[in-house]
Amino acid sequence: MATKDGFIKHKVAHHFDTAEQEFETAKLGMWAFLGQELLFFSGLFVAYGVFRFLYPEMFIDAHHQLSWKMGALNTVFLITSSFTMVMGVRSAQLSQKKLMLKYLIATFILATAFLVVKYFEYAAKFHHGYLPSNWFTGEGLFENMHLFFGLYFVLTGLHGIHVAVGMGLIAWLIIRGNRGEFHADYYTPVEMVGLYWHLVDLVWIFLFPLLYLIG
Amino acid sequence: MSLENNSGKNFMEVAKGLKSWLVTLDHKRIGIMYLLFVISAFFLGGVFALLLRFELLSPNQIAFTAKQYNQLFTLHGAIMVFLFIVPSIPASLGNFLLPLQIGAVDVAFPRLNLASLYIYMVGAVFCFLSLYLGAVDTGWTFYTPYSSTTDTSVISITLGAFILGFSSILTGVNFIATIHKMRAPGMTWFKMPLFVWSLYATAIIQVLATPVLAITLLLLIFERLLGIGIFDPALGGDPVLFQHFFWFYSHPAVYIMILPAMGVMSELVTTFCKRNIFGYKLIAFSSIAIAIISFLVWGHHLFVSGQSQFAAMLFSLLTFLVAIPSAIKVFNWLSTMYKGSITFYTPFLYFLSFMFLFCIGGFTGVFLGALSIDVHLHDTYFVVAHFHYVMMGGTVMAFLGGLHYWWPKMFGKMYNEGLAKTSCLLVFLGFNITFFSQFIMGSKGMPRRYYSYLEQYQPYHIASTIGSWVLAVGFFLMAGYLIHSLLRGKKAPSNPWGGLTLEWHTTSPPPLENFDVKPRITHDPYDYENMDIPNEKGMLK
Repeated sequence: MATKDGFIKHKVAHHFDTAEQEFETAKLGMWAFLGQELLFFSGLFVAYGVFRFLYPEMFIDAHHQLSWKMGALNTVFLITSSFTMVMGVRSAQLSQKKLMLKYLIATFILATAFLVVKYFEYAAKFHHGYLPSNWFTGEGLFENMHLFFGLYFVLTGLHGIHVAVGMGLIAWLIIRGNRGEFHADYYTPVEMVGLYWHLVDLVWIFLFPLLYLIG
Repeated sequence: MSLENNSGKNFMEVAKGLKSWLVTLDHKRIGIMYLLFVISAFFLGGVFALLLRFELLSPNQIAFTAKQYNQLFTLHGAIMVFLFIVPSIPASLGNFLLPLQIGAVDVAFPRLNLASLYIYMVGAVFCFLSLYLGAVDTGWTFYTPYSSTTDTSVISITLGAFILGFSSILTGVNFIATIHKMRAPGMTWFKMPLFVWSLYATAIIQVLATPVLAITLLLLIFERLLGIGIFDPALGGDPVLFQHFFWFYSHPAVYIMILPAMGVMSELVTTFCKRNIFGYKLIAFSSIAIAIISFLVWGHHLFVSGQSQFAAMLFSLLTFLVAIPSAIKVFNWLSTMYKGSITFYTPFLYFLSFMFLFCIGGFTGVFLGALSIDVHLHDTYFVVAHFHYVMMGGTVMAFLGGLHYWWPKMFGKMYNEGLAKTSCLLVFLGFNITFFSQFIMGSKGMPRRYYSYLEQYQPYHIASTIGSWVLAVGFFLMAGYLIHSLLRGKKAPSNPWGGLTLEWHTTSPPPLENFDVKPRITHDPYDYENMDIPNEKGMLK
């Protein structure tokens, strides 16, 4: 039921005593979940480390096929989106509904821009045959160059899926926020999606130098 | 302090019908549904075990071809590990009891809890799909390069295990948040029952180790679908890397399997000896110690895979370290029994079985952790017997002990004590006949996973197979009296065994919100000297 300022009052779930306990619990759960996300990607980073250690020259040769300019552009998109996300959370905490929606929409657009750039990068790799070994037809100095691209596609692909999931979550926030569900007394989902979004950003901040800026 | 209220409805009576179960957010119903699924998985995995033991009666073919035999032991292992033993105690008993034991209304995220159950079901479907698509024959460890080349359905079952992993992770996240934030007033960390501590340690491993398995299995799937090549030596990859990745999860995972069992042990020993636990803090911290060390020992699975001698030495040393917290627990349980007033009900018989069998399993683990001995025993039946003594002699015994201990609380019905004791005896005997003979033939050099063998091993194989039949009789008897208990069992009192922890303060089965009055904790969880036994009237004499 909407109150007169256009916000919907939040009802604390039956198994919590206070709204504060509910918020703190959600936050702890989210951090635990982010912990597992970190370990999930860490397996891939270990694989990257092992093969870069085994074939350092091949990695340097292969990475020249990536466009650092596109990678840098995407880094700017994601870092900016982290900023707009933080501002979205802040606006929710201050009950500034319209501002919050603007920031969330900006975040969504930046995420879309990231995926569009990624699409063009992937298209170029497909075109030149820089793919995992089953379809690899690219040219290079090393015959096991496909290993680099196998890792490249797994790393950026799984990261891309995380971006897409994040966009879904942000869209969900926009719909609920538009109904007036988020305000100073209740902004838990905005904050949680925010935490998730920063992790997605953080993973990219490691991926960018490791894939695009070596050698 | 009695929080009993006989006028209210219990959690099963508040709503009826299938739909009320499928959309429930009540941790107790979710726990019971998990129980149903894990027991079904145990049954199926057990049938595969009986079939493969039957084939091993003779070194020549009896009923199955070599390939079918490979599929049987793979499915036995994969189903028992991923569908039964990992979720067994935490997801079924843990889900039911965690909020009760800490005096909460529910777990922190009830919807996530239900989601994890559905994710489990989806994962199970993919695992069973593998049966139709050409059952997988790689062994439950899915080692490359064989798993990236075999024509059986590796993708379906690894995808199933990947999905099941997320069910496990979400349960872990839920339990961590629940234990941190949902405890009743007065329940400080050191007033929590030890089962809760063990679930906490388990949850940490679930959250931090399972994602590594997830990515490993995903990489294996990509290896097959795209040829990313990182595990394929022909493409410049390294198959041993798979083993490192796999065991980085799967060794901690064996502690996911045993830690909750140890928690159940602490509950059983205090209640049936009517004594405060000996060394509460040491037991609690040893759970955490096991959780931490568990991440540092994976290399002991790779002693013969060509890792460096130095790494092998370190892994061997770290492996020995696990024995310390494990022994601390065993000695503390033993000390708790000293001068206790012991009652020998069925759950306590399972406690005693655990003590014997886990010690044998643990000690043989020390043998295997020693480099020189492991080179001789690696991939023999000695290893098979070792982990069955820990996993079945340890975890399954504790699971059955916990099931019998909390059965009256969960369903409000008693079972036939005489039959339960008989069944416990059969399971104990059958288990030892099955697996002790495997220790002997393993030490004589019988390799694991072989379809055929030299004739000198046949007597041990025959003994082992006969043992598996005794086990089966024990389990069918158990299924019989438990089903009878559900249908015709005597009504259970609120506290049949005289336990002190919070779940015994409420009715059997508990009301929807667990307690009619929010509990307030003033004593240590097992303080028999200073606390009255709740609902003592109905206690079995």
